[in-house]
Amino acid sequence: MVIKAGWDLVVGLEVHAELATKTKLFCGCENVFGSEPNTNVCPVCLGLPGSLPVLNEQAVELAMRVGVALHCEIRPSIFSRKNYFYPDMPKDYQVTQYDLPLNSNGYLDLPNGTRISVERAHMEEDTGKSTHLGGTGRIQGSEGSLVDYNRSGVPLVEIVSGPDLTSADDAKAYVAEMRGILVAAGASDGKMEEGSMRVDANVSVRRPGAGLGTRCEIKNLNSLRSLLRAIDYEANRQIDLLESGERIAQETRHWSEADGRTSSMRSKEEAMDYRYFPEPDLVPLVPSSEWIVAVTRGLAPMPGDRRRVLSAATGWSVATTDIGFAPNAEAIVTVIEQDLDALVLGAIDAGADARRAVNRAANELAGQSATIDAVAFATVLRLEDDGKLTATQAKAVIAELVVNGGDPHAIIAAKGFEALDTSVLEGLVDELITAYPSEFERLRAGDPKVTGFFVGAAMKRSGGKADGRAVTELLKSRAAT
Amino acid sequence: MTVAPGAPGSVTSIADDVRSGRRSAASVLAEHHARIARAEADVHAFNLVLHDVATEAAAAVDEAIAAGRDPGRLAGVPIALKDNMCTRGIPTTCSSKILDGWKPPYNATVVSRLADAGAILVGKTNLDEFAMGSSTENSAFGPTKNPHDLAKVPGGSSGGSAAAVAAGFAAASLGSDTGGSIRQPASLCGLVGIKPTYGAVSRYGLIAFASSLDQIGPFTHSVEDAALVLEVISGHDPMDSTSIDAPPLNLVDAARLGVSDGVAGLRVGIVTELSGDGISADVLARVEVAADRLRAAGATVDRVSVPSTVLGLSAYYLIAPAEASSNLARFDGVRFGLRVSPASGGNVQDMMAATRAAGFGPEVKRRIMLGTYALSAGYYDAYYGQAQKVRTLIINDFKRAYESFDVLLTPTSPTTAFAFGAKTADPMTMYINDVCTIPSNLSGDPAISVPCGVGVDGMPVGVQLLGPALSEARLLRAAAVIEMGN
Amino acid sequence: MTNVDGPTDATKRRSLRRTDVVHVAGLARLALTDAEIDLYTADLASILGHAEDVASLDTTGVEPTAHPLPLVNVFRADVVRPSLDRDEVLAAAPGAAADQFQVPSILGVSA
Repeated sequence: MVIKAGWDLVVGLEVHAELATKTKLFCGCENVFGSEPNTNVCPVCLGLPGSLPVLNEQAVELAMRVGVALHCEIRPSIFSRKNYFYPDMPKDYQVTQYDLPLNSNGYLDLPNGTRISVERAHMEEDTGKSTHLGGTGRIQGSEGSLVDYNRSGVPLVEIVSGPDLTSADDAKAYVAEMRGILVAAGASDGKMEEGSMRVDANVSVRRPGAGLGTRCEIKNLNSLRSLLRAIDYEANRQIDLLESGERIAQETRHWSEADGRTSSMRSKEEAMDYRYFPEPDLVPLVPSSEWIVAVTRGLAPMPGDRRRVLSAATGWSVATTDIGFAPNAEAIVTVIEQDLDALVLGAIDAGADARRAVNRAANELAGQSATIDAVAFATVLRLEDDGKLTATQAKAVIAELVVNGGDPHAIIAAKGFEALDTSVLEGLVDELITAYPSEFERLRAGDPKVTGFFVGAAMKRSGGKADGRAVTELLKSRAAT
Repeated sequence: MTVAPGAPGSVTSIADDVRSGRRSAASVLAEHHARIARAEADVHAFNLVLHDVATEAAAAVDEAIAAGRDPGRLAGVPIALKDNMCTRGIPTTCSSKILDGWKPPYNATVVSRLADAGAILVGKTNLDEFAMGSSTENSAFGPTKNPHDLAKVPGGSSGGSAAAVAAGFAAASLGSDTGGSIRQPASLCGLVGIKPTYGAVSRYGLIAFASSLDQIGPFTHSVEDAALVLEVISGHDPMDSTSIDAPPLNLVDAARLGVSDGVAGLRVGIVTELSGDGISADVLARVEVAADRLRAAGATVDRVSVPSTVLGLSAYYLIAPAEASSNLARFDGVRFGLRVSPASGGNVQDMMAATRAAGFGPEVKRRIMLGTYALSAGYYDAYYGQAQKVRTLIINDFKRAYESFDVLLTPTSPTTAFAFGAKTADPMTMYINDVCTIPSNLSGDPAISVPCGVGVDGMPVGVQLLGPALSEARLLRAAAVIEMGN
Repeated sequence: MTNVDGPTDATKRRSLRRTDVVHVAGLARLALTDAEIDLYTADLASILGHAEDVASLDTTGVEPTAHPLPLVNVFRADVVRPSLDRDEVLAAAPGAAADQFQVPSILGVSA
């Protein structure tokens, strides 16, 4: 879907990422996905009377990594209580960093070079999960809602962007890049499908040059696809309203992936008065400069840095253009997103051509559940470069390596991919010249199109074993004599 | 009518006797159970008296002694616990209907420390619901009576803990003090009561009223007993982020030093703002008596102004309800305790509102309403924000006073124990009871109330000693001097 | 910086209305009766009237104290501790089903 002409889109994103700690933010219960309901709970994360929180140092460390990776200022912080009643929030307040967030004033560069401001990246605790049964009761004898507090108290970092995103595509790229940063920093596993990374979108539209319009917050965006669709839907909904002379109500809206539309959850008028105040059960968090330096030094390379390494190795630019990426830059972005750059660099070290390594990795290894040994990968790429394997054969060998691993030479032999001996190839070419004399005459006369015909015929007769380039060279030398 | 208050044995003497085998823990417990059986119906100190659990604990102490193991510093000492501290598997109610039937799945840190020291838990004591009150009249389970005069209140909110010790049901008890809830009932019941330095005693397992003000402390008949109990329950707890990681307090020795050596050179300041208007004349007279006793033991006594303490009451009644409104949100009928569903059915939010309306008493609702309002949009700066700044002023004023004085002396309560119903008509009348005790909760500093004779009505009067953070040893030494004159 | 304090502000603060109390009862999730609303309207007005000494004080340049302790950076190590027994936890719940806490339906969010 496309935004109607004559309107600009403004999007700000709130990304909630669960931090990859062993235990919860304020208690020693395990932070793990998929346990039996209510098995990772204690007085603290159940909010039982008398319990008190104690801050998990590793959660702070991971949140600081996020801050450093997003170029934030890291400052002393205090936790506050955000007060509202909800059954999946056991204390009926959420402990969160409010007016003094740990990380503020940072930015994230999209792969296309656009810089998106990050207003803050603060720590807070997650809620439990409710299952809504409705009146009928999906579970025998039950109605109402059920609550599981395993997720209650899991550490989150909430990353709030500025209203800097101007398209759904950029919003998608921002979330993909954020995921890459969180994973590279070891701060979160970034799994949207398990809810360990969740995204809310603040969407508004305006006429070019006008001030910011009234925004709506879109929730329940559980995939990048949902994000794209919801932003486009919401923008056009708002444009339709404005063009028919109506006003936008500032409200929270719920995206339905099934219906492909957003619907109102609650309006600003009903918005809660959260009565924030400093959490008296916790003391201030004051990261020392030594700690900040140690986190900065210990941080693994971020996707942007890694793209620059591959860019240098291949000579392909990943800089922005008005029309998006060149296909080569897309391949580099894919390699980084898929965390394949270590493999590619290993293959380059082992003698593979950098560009071929990036392309084959982006096209053949992206999205695979397993990967392959860098040296084996390099071996296949070199054989392809040397004409010992055709492109089709090389892909087949890579696919086999992904599934079963093993020695590439053995796989090549087993598949019968040994390139044809030169004398056999010469005999084959001579057979073809004899079989298609008029076509050969056109070749001699300088018609380049006929080369393809001969290569195709050679492949067919050899069962795909003939190397196209070798055939072309032989034809050239025969035609010249 | 009175319940013959007695000291059937101090904490130190019981612990000495039990540890040395002169008395068994079982026999000590039996004496206290007998006293409870005789008079608890009149006093109503307890929400729950523990029989089997206490008997088993006493037997374990006696077994340890028989086996030659160290039974702990409070071996066989019967102790009562305010019913807002969690006891695993034992009902903990805060004297509220909303916690009816709840058995915590864990122990408060102080409960574990008492058990480790060999103390015997004899019961959970009555309180003003959620510790909100100064008379124990706000309990959902009926008021506690003052053992010195059953027609009068024991003070509050830890009225049950005070009455239990005053009536000889326990050798010591624990209370919690948010604005005077240990010291004021100690004063009204003729006991020693300590509000320790904020962070000296773990709050883990204490059901919060106002988190930045709450502290647990002891009630005992004597200063030395209070020192011993406080030594046992204080110390760093990794489960409480606001627990001070400091060396153990050496308090018993300090109390004994007061008795043996007095307080030569101690500079005592009587706080002008808390020793005039609103304080009854007989109480003020006892403050002068306390000053005389300190002077006689070598102290110098002067008057000192701590001007912003006059703002303490207002600041407290903004801060404490604000924190309480948040702390008490979790009582929502979802995970534990009472659940009330509206007759009309409704959704989960309706259930929460109905549960809270039915489960909380009038004073708790009043403070939740006040605190919610004080934090709400548009009023935060004027109320909660301003009160926090007043807190800074009070802290600074105390610091200034402690440049010239080692301890400060004030009344504990403006009056002696009053009759039931005397102060329930207007909330402010009751709140003013805390005027002398509130400032040290706001500053986080320690304070002790020590008995110093009786008023014109023959009822006990306590005086209060204040000192800077972690000056408990100094306060106990001075308190021992005042106590000696009784 | 907090704006203190013209007489207008003080007047505004004192004029606590019944509707304010109804709103606060909603925020506090208390289903109060009409009589309770009346009672607390009067009580809150009285208490806030007494608090006017604090509300109207000139506190220019005074930092707020949230907490009496000077502590910072109190942490626990990221080490797993045993959780509670689920049966014990759910036994204390007013409603439980399918190993979870059961409550009346939650409005406002669909599954």
